[in-house]
Amino acid sequence: MSSSRRLVLSRSATLIAAASTGLLLPEIVRAQGAKVRIGLMLPYTGTFAQLGVAIENGLRLAIDEQGGKLGGREIEWFKVDDESDPSKGVENATKLVQRDKVDVIIGTVHSGVQMGIHKVARDTGVLTLIPNAGVHAATRALCAPNVFRTSFTNSQPTLALGKVLMDKGLKKAVWITWKYAAGDEAFEGFKESYTKAGGTIVKELGLPFPNVEFQALLTEIAAIKPDVVVCFFAGGGAAKFIRDYAAAGLKGKIPLYGSGFLTEGVLDAAGPAADGIVTTMHYSDSLDTARNKKFRLDYAKTYKSQPDVYAVQGYDTGLLLVQGANAVKGDLNAKPALYKAMEGAVIDSPRGKWTMSKAHNPVQDIYLRVVENKENKVIGVAAKALSDSGAGCKMG
Amino acid sequence: MDFANLLIQILNSVQYGLVLFMLAAGLTLIFGIMGVVNLAHGSFYMLGAYLAYSLSGLFGSLTLAILGGAVLSVVFGLALEWLLFRHFYQRDHLDQVLLTFGLIYIFEEVRSMLWGDDVHGVPIPDFLGASIPLTDTLSYPVYRLFMSGVCIVLAIGLYLLISKTRLGMKIRAGAFNRDMTESLGINIKLIHAIVFALGVALATVAGMVAAPISSVYPNMGSQVLIMCFVVVVIGGIGSVRGALIAALLVGLVDTFGKVLLPQVSGMLVYMLMAAVLLWKPEGLFKQ
Repeated sequence: MSSSRRLVLSRSATLIAAASTGLLLPEIVRAQGAKVRIGLMLPYTGTFAQLGVAIENGLRLAIDEQGGKLGGREIEWFKVDDESDPSKGVENATKLVQRDKVDVIIGTVHSGVQMGIHKVARDTGVLTLIPNAGVHAATRALCAPNVFRTSFTNSQPTLALGKVLMDKGLKKAVWITWKYAAGDEAFEGFKESYTKAGGTIVKELGLPFPNVEFQALLTEIAAIKPDVVVCFFAGGGAAKFIRDYAAAGLKGKIPLYGSGFLTEGVLDAAGPAADGIVTTMHYSDSLDTARNKKFRLDYAKTYKSQPDVYAVQGYDTGLLLVQGANAVKGDLNAKPALYKAMEGAVIDSPRGKWTMSKAHNPVQDIYLRVVENKENKVIGVAAKALSDSGAGCKMG
Repeated sequence: MDFANLLIQILNSVQYGLVLFMLAAGLTLIFGIMGVVNLAHGSFYMLGAYLAYSLSGLFGSLTLAILGGAVLSVVFGLALEWLLFRHFYQRDHLDQVLLTFGLIYIFEEVRSMLWGDDVHGVPIPDFLGASIPLTDTLSYPVYRLFMSGVCIVLAIGLYLLISKTRLGMKIRAGAFNRDMTESLGINIKLIHAIVFALGVALATVAGMVAAPISSVYPNMGSQVLIMCFVVVVIGGIGSVRGALIAALLVGLVDTFGKVLLPQVSGMLVYMLMAAVLLWKPEGLFKQ
């Protein structure tokens, strides 16, 4: 008798506890009119911490500009620090979907973590917006109707480089990068565009990520004497590469080109060694358009800091989400209509207007930029409305 | 590869090896004498780089910054030893690993609070800013030669300190037999504090000297830490001479691996370590 009473008591206690921690609530309150649940899975600590913050700032700015609501519904935010740790990718994304019952996941920066999120997105069908990670698979062989990218694929910037080099008469190139997925995919884009334009890659140099001892390879480059050096590096390693390249006496003798990430966020650290480096990318801080200037002013006013390309990508993620949600009047469960609206969206971005490819990756202009006085100055458009191949993507 | 190129690559190897030595020397010293496994060693390197960045801005001179930073790092090392490490000499290695692993996170977070997560550059002093032309396309930066010079001076200084001075004698005695040394009236606690501070200072100075070339960025310590351990293990734990030989070996293998066998260059250093351990399980120069 007493034991069964205890059983009842403990069961109801569990029930109450479950209800109050939100395990049961969603079934009741997820009806129309309730809040839209947005899950942010971004890096808030570690090497990419600033990128995570910039993306969230951009995203919130876009949504606030549209009245701070999605299709008329209020928003409830859920945040997870993904720590840029691929081993926790699946677990964290699952937490957002299972525990927090989010309607949409926005994340992330690191391509390895992205593949974790991607697995959960494909398994559960939760709407997922990628504000940075450029890993090919997400919009190629493993593309999914519920996954949209607002940034780039790793090969998109370098796909614009080949023709630019050949137009300048630079016919023999040495390629150098870290040997990891992003570097390999950037190389794929460069190789495709450069060989198609008639150029020859005389040597492919690589070092393990994130090794920054470049001296041996720079000596190698000096011995080969190519027409041009093309590279993919980013972050602290990029600053070191730029400085080492100049210190080895190569600057001014063999021009240095690269994917735009080489010169993002490192120009202060690299100093004059970076002057004259030409890169291709889908944005530049100095882009001289009214749209970009307004965005930069609004962002600076709101956050008391200057936006970068990551902030723009976050902002565009917000624009895309707002457009999608408005089309279905906030009913994010109306998936076919929601996806259709997002596929057809034209994003009026600070980087210029762009649209979605069939594989859900931006079709966008890639700018040609040169470093002058610690600024990426736009000198032209390297490729108009450049689309990733989306090779192997079969929706549905 | 022609002869001139070969010579330049050997120069690259030696130069890289010497920097590795400077980093590994402090680690091997602390382990050899106090028996502490210090995973936070890389953080001291990072701290040095950030100090160089801040102090060179403050003083307007990298030389002054390095001198000031060296003093600060000794003070910092003494304080850290007194507060934490002193209580861990007799403990299990696992406790030490947990402590120093935790310290890595604390230092990273403090770094983030004090300096933010940006990448910074430290300008090379004007009088070392030149480059010496070696071939028509390649020059060698004078600053790299200066770094090698600093490393060689430190190596000689360490050798003299440990094998020729009275303090060195006490340090060696303490490492050999702690109880006997103490009963002879030598203040072993003081010796330990000095050695620890010296180890910290070595890593910090390495970070400061390397800052203009490596640039200054978050997590830079964890990258060098693994190489340091490889050097210490190959050289024989606790042996400063072993660390020097091992660092030069690693420099050679890494440099020529990148050029001649790029497909496996990431593994070569570890294969070298495995080979040495198979041949001499205690490292090349076990004390």
